[in-house]
Amino acid sequence: MAHEVGAHEGDRSYVPSPGLAVAVQDPVQVPELPPHRLRVTDKDPKRMNGAARGVYTLFYLSLAGSIWAIAAYMLFPIEDGRIDSIRSNNLFIGLGIALALLAIGVGAIHWSKAIMSDKEFVEYRHPTRGRDSTRAAAVQAFSDANEESGFGRRTMIRGSLFAALIASILPGIVLFRGLAPHNVPGTEAATAGDPVALLSHTMWKKGMRLAHDPSGEPIKASDVTLGSAVHVIPEDLAKLGHEDGYLEQKAKAIVLLMRLRPEQLVPETNKLEWSYNGIVAYSKVCTHVGCPVALYEQQTHHLLCPCHQSQFDVANGAAVIFGPAARPLPQLPIAVDDEGYLIAQHDFNEPVGPSFWERH
Amino acid sequence: MSTATVTEEREPTTVAEREKPLGGRFVGWASNYIDERTSLSGFVKELGRKIFPDHWSFMLGEIALWSFVVVLLSGTFLTFFFQASMVPTLYTGSFAPMRGVEMSAALDSTLRLSFDIRGGLLVRQIHHWAALTFVAGIGVHMLRVFFTGAFRKPRELNWVIGYILFILALAEGFTGYSLPDDLLSGNGLRIIDGMVKGLPVIGTWTSFLLFGGEFPGNQIVGRLYTLHILLLPAILVALLLLHLMLMVINKHTQFAGPARTNENVVGYPMMPVYMSKMGGFFFITFGVIVLIASLFTINPIWNYGPYDPSPVSAGTQPDWYIGFADGALRLVPPHWEFVFLDRTWSFNIIVPVLVLGLFLVLVLIYPFIEAWITGDKREHHIAQRPRNAATRTAIGAAGVVFYAVLWAAAASDLIATHFSLTMEGVIHSLQALLFLGPIIAYFVTKRICIALQKKDREIALHGYESGRIVRLPGGEYIEVHQPVDEYERWKLVGHETNEPLVVRPNAKGRIGFWQNTRAALSRWFFEDRLTPLTNTELEAAVAHQHQELEHIAHEEDDEIRASHERAGFPDAPLEPIDDGRHSETAVHPTHLIAHEPEPGTAPKKNREKESGQ
Repeated sequence: MAHEVGAHEGDRSYVPSPGLAVAVQDPVQVPELPPHRLRVTDKDPKRMNGAARGVYTLFYLSLAGSIWAIAAYMLFPIEDGRIDSIRSNNLFIGLGIALALLAIGVGAIHWSKAIMSDKEFVEYRHPTRGRDSTRAAAVQAFSDANEESGFGRRTMIRGSLFAALIASILPGIVLFRGLAPHNVPGTEAATAGDPVALLSHTMWKKGMRLAHDPSGEPIKASDVTLGSAVHVIPEDLAKLGHEDGYLEQKAKAIVLLMRLRPEQLVPETNKLEWSYNGIVAYSKVCTHVGCPVALYEQQTHHLLCPCHQSQFDVANGAAVIFGPAARPLPQLPIAVDDEGYLIAQHDFNEPVGPSFWERH
Repeated sequence: MSTATVTEEREPTTVAEREKPLGGRFVGWASNYIDERTSLSGFVKELGRKIFPDHWSFMLGEIALWSFVVVLLSGTFLTFFFQASMVPTLYTGSFAPMRGVEMSAALDSTLRLSFDIRGGLLVRQIHHWAALTFVAGIGVHMLRVFFTGAFRKPRELNWVIGYILFILALAEGFTGYSLPDDLLSGNGLRIIDGMVKGLPVIGTWTSFLLFGGEFPGNQIVGRLYTLHILLLPAILVALLLLHLMLMVINKHTQFAGPARTNENVVGYPMMPVYMSKMGGFFFITFGVIVLIASLFTINPIWNYGPYDPSPVSAGTQPDWYIGFADGALRLVPPHWEFVFLDRTWSFNIIVPVLVLGLFLVLVLIYPFIEAWITGDKREHHIAQRPRNAATRTAIGAAGVVFYAVLWAAAASDLIATHFSLTMEGVIHSLQALLFLGPIIAYFVTKRICIALQKKDREIALHGYESGRIVRLPGGEYIEVHQPVDEYERWKLVGHETNEPLVVRPNAKGRIGFWQNTRAALSRWFFEDRLTPLTNTELEAAVAHQHQELEHIAHEEDDEIRASHERAGFPDAPLEPIDDGRHSETAVHPTHLIAHEPEPGTAPKKNREKESGQ
């Protein structure tokens, strides 16, 4: 393609480099604009009037749509507890507004296509870079300012200014430490500001009963039938209110209880003393990124995480057999108390849930 | 608008017209009042009749722009009702199944604005659907800009700005998605928490600061709300204005066509054509979003209930634009985690984050990479047809496939259940496809592009296949090739050909490593190109085509004449065979075609107005 940059911009000396485009001695010539062709609306006044009628009909239709939307607001109130009234309210107000908007849009575009002049114009581009004189003036402005202020010459002023400006941002950053709580020594919140300590422990402790999620009913070992899986929380969790960290504790303490035939539990990979009569309890928090590993496949005794499809083999110490998770689900050691209820022997031996940097 | 400008251009013909300003006395007075205080007439003079080129693909960015306006409008309405608080409350609103359930004020207010405010659900659904079309609009707009090379100088910076807008749109989407504090979005946040914790050094504390303590805490909704309605939109609006300003400064690209060169813009003026078209398109975008919102439910949080760390449903998917990140997490093989130096290195998090980061950065800086490889420092205002930049198009196709595989991976469980496949089979196939797919896409696309270039050249030089079969006197059958008209031909040949960089020794007489690398990359980028066409060659070919056609016509005439003679009517009139080709071909974006009327009968009104310009 022939480039004649600057042909119509005489005072711009900048000519872009030819780059690597193959310069053809005799390039194919750009044809002129084709002769303008008339539209039916240009030739036939009837069609022109018809198009105009179409446009204002659409605009009036839009008006009708708006009025309908307001009417629908009143005609279709939401009646308490009636889901179908919500549906009607949503549908009929929405259809009215949609009609109002679409009719304006279609009308305006029809107007521009059928009625407005469709003659094409040619406008020249200018090189994006400023004229040389402008650029020189800009450079001059900087150099005058530099001269008058001594910005470039007085390095101590400049250096100290930069240092001060950067340092002035730091207090603002430090303030953001307040996003998370601090330790409060001597109180229950002694480790409130220590994420590693918080992540390392759950509310399970020796003798705490395993209870149904979310009712908090303790679970008897004899009620856990072979092949079943039970969603478990610590019995004390149900007593916590939402203000007292219910969700935070629950996010760590949830457990899945499964009963297999005792001989199915592979002794090499299982801590049999942590199970009871084939009943095993594993943390329900995925060791990948923390979703609840809620899907239990009874026949294969595999646990599947619905978020990223990590699979754990319960018979094999909940080892990862597929998916992006890396570590087995931590096991909760369980036993049975005098009344036959399942209890925890102690807390998990390792942090539950996703890995974190300080975990080891 | 500006009386001054318009009356300057139009010769006032009658006394009445001279005295009465455009638009009436009030508009005239108001325009004058504003102009005397703002110099607005200069602005109108510059931009009022600014020319924009026309092509359907230039509308894709507008989808994003207008969706964003809809997002702003609907979002503002929602803020009047939404409470960004995680204070526990008991729901007592009109949705019966949730009554008496303890939930955060955020979910409670979201349910109330959906079910107790008339039209509230509609606005919430408009907001969500518009957010989805916003991100989708940016996506297709970016693809258009990429594949037509519209990011080349001088528009590289605008590519970067637009790309940041894309990232901001993703961030806006995710923060907004998480606000209702429902079960589904809570699980999304749980995944974010798990990902952040897996990052080396900063992970644990970043999560701790983000959630204000342990996950989920009672802070996150309020913090995301500040990001969602204040910080991110402020940056987004500022960059969006900058994006549009640069578009005006650089002027829009145009496709090669008659009279269109690198030094001009051919198209229609801002006022009135684009004001009407763009304004109309805003209403169409808005209208379509409202129509979808009134007909289709999105994000039925009332079915999910409040967030609880324990339950989760199978088949949980994020909004579509987060899918590629979720998919990247899913494709990691098991056991990618090590304890080293007494610290946990979660490569099952680090690797996908790095891969996604690298992918995003590569797309961000692609204009600079290509400029370095090609050594091209010229300004480009002609949008390329993707086939004419075969290597770039192939790279783009590889990138699209890479993204698509990650995206498909986010639905791996649904693919497995819907098509009765094993989970392992789906994941392993996608893992293989993640590497093989882009490579296959690259080579296939490149070959297709080059084949299309050859086809273009073929049509330009030898005409198109008219479908008309002619039997020559010798019994031979040929298909008549008809030449394309010069306007169509220019679209086929009106592009430049590039040569690879040549390695040149530097001042010390040596060829450095980077010089060699660059030359090698340049060779790779520009290999397999067609030699440029010269005007002489083209004209000769076109002349040959016409000659050929005349020859065929001549032979046909002879044939007909001979058959007339054989039939005993040597003087029968010789009617030329209708070759099916009429002089009228669509070369103009007008969609209404009409035959020229008889001279003298055509209505003059409109054309006269136009010729006065």
